[in-house]
Amino acid sequence: MEIVELRHVSHSFDRQRVLQDISLTISAGGIFVLLGPSGSGKTTLVKTIVGTLTPTEGAVVVLKTRMPSLQTMGSIGYMAQADALYHELTAKENLAFFAAIYGVPKKQTALRIDQVLEDVGLQDSKHKIVREYSGGMKRRLSLAAALIHQPKLLILDEPTVGIDPLLRNKIWGRFADLKRGGTTIIVTTHVMDEAERCDTLGLLRDGKIIAHGSPAALKQETGTDSIEQAFLTYGREKA
Amino acid sequence: MKIQAIVVRILRQFIRDKRSLALMIVAPLLILTLTWLVLDQEAYQPKLAVEGAPAPLEAAVQDSMLDIVDVDDPVRALADSEIDAILEANGQRIHVTVDNSKPNQSEAVKMGLQEALASQSDRQPPDISIEYLYEDNAETTFDYTGPVLIGFFAFFIVFLVGGISFLRERSQGTMERLFAMPLKGWEIILGYIGGFGLFAVIQSFIVALYAVYVLGIPLNGSLWLVILVTMLLSLSALTLGILLSSFARNEFQLMQFIPLVIVPQAFFSGMFSLDNGADWLVYIEYIMPISYGADALKEIMIKGNGLADIQVDLYVVLGFSLLFYLLNLGTLKAYRK
Repeated sequence: MEIVELRHVSHSFDRQRVLQDISLTISAGGIFVLLGPSGSGKTTLVKTIVGTLTPTEGAVVVLKTRMPSLQTMGSIGYMAQADALYHELTAKENLAFFAAIYGVPKKQTALRIDQVLEDVGLQDSKHKIVREYSGGMKRRLSLAAALIHQPKLLILDEPTVGIDPLLRNKIWGRFADLKRGGTTIIVTTHVMDEAERCDTLGLLRDGKIIAHGSPAALKQETGTDSIEQAFLTYGREKA
Repeated sequence: MKIQAIVVRILRQFIRDKRSLALMIVAPLLILTLTWLVLDQEAYQPKLAVEGAPAPLEAAVQDSMLDIVDVDDPVRALADSEIDAILEANGQRIHVTVDNSKPNQSEAVKMGLQEALASQSDRQPPDISIEYLYEDNAETTFDYTGPVLIGFFAFFIVFLVGGISFLRERSQGTMERLFAMPLKGWEIILGYIGGFGLFAVIQSFIVALYAVYVLGIPLNGSLWLVILVTMLLSLSALTLGILLSSFARNEFQLMQFIPLVIVPQAFFSGMFSLDNGADWLVYIEYIMPISYGADALKEIMIKGNGLADIQVDLYVVLGFSLLFYLLNLGTLKAYRK
């Protein structure tokens, strides 16, 4: 069953065409990685799915509703590229705010906050003001905020940028847990080796999906033994 | 529920941000005190309605620094501050009613009268009685401009602090984040109004109490009305600040609105008299929210008037807020796409 469906989505900023006729379905219950170099349109594409950007052409359907839909937004967890945290507040206060907006019942809020903080390994810094956090801690808190309302669909825009390999590994382990719990995850990245860990991969270049399939299938199709080489092969074909 | 979450969040942020908090409370007190220290009197030619005065007296008044004007209903003209005093002569008795809501004017009226009567020294000195229109008299320029300043600070500071924190939502990426949540535009704006409204109330209380009890500005009306007016002014300032922040890319660009939006309002807030200016100046005053709030504050604090006399001012300030609020919803909607 598909959870996200893009139909001929194109988007332009002023006269610059950032997304070009993208049609793509993402099925529920897996990890989908959107791989592409910076400037390829990953963030723009993700924003159309999250519903913060309405594409100039085409339609985006998430959980059977056309985006943007405020109601569907309640089932989506979104971690933007910027950390989007309130720096004057503590981790707990930040999460309490997001929980209230997502309508997490008051009685469950404290429990949910503890759970997500544990998920990202920040339980010791619960009462620390975010301004005093390191960059990696802020990324993790951002992830925790995206998880607070147990979303069906989790969309993460470059979640592991600036995070050390050890922690990156841990976060990907956490994604696997969430997936087992039934959450669908969409992750954008420009790091090739992260792409190996997903179920389905979309290769984005210059606003176009140049290839789409499981990592194994893509490698097989191009006769290469790494995603990086597969990406290069597809890139040459299209060019 | 969601609005409440935004309110709580803003309050928490604000309490942690000691500098902005200090700006909101201490800056108005500081500037108010400084203005109090430096303001002095200005020369002015008071306008006078004369009734039943003999020709020589009228000529003497005309020769003095006083200006005689013809009005149909002097009592009403005085109440509306169109004229500064009424002189009624009845034989040897002269009765003067002075509008003491404007300190310079009432002083000038008394000085002018002395001058006029002194020139008639060949006659028997008349029996003069002076009556003041309002109870507690505003004696210095500061007493007169104080109410205006209270309104001005409420507006300026809330505009600045509210506009910047809304702008920060965008620059730190939380606005984008809010847009990705099941949250409507009006909920965001109302949350802001709730959060900053509370600080605006606290600010109005402190500033008004300081002005009245420490600096000694006369307060003839109700303190609660003063708070109400400053609150409504803050509301228009907050909605305007939020609106303009969407046209600024960073804090510095928002600062650039100060000379364009705030400073002109100071000129038309009633701190400076427009009585002798060009007619079209009045029309500029009509589009300045502060001028209405300042007018209401003068009515309450100096003239001791009640709600009935300031309700038009209040409606206009509310109207401005509503207009800015609706424009905000429009810009948020446009930004969301």
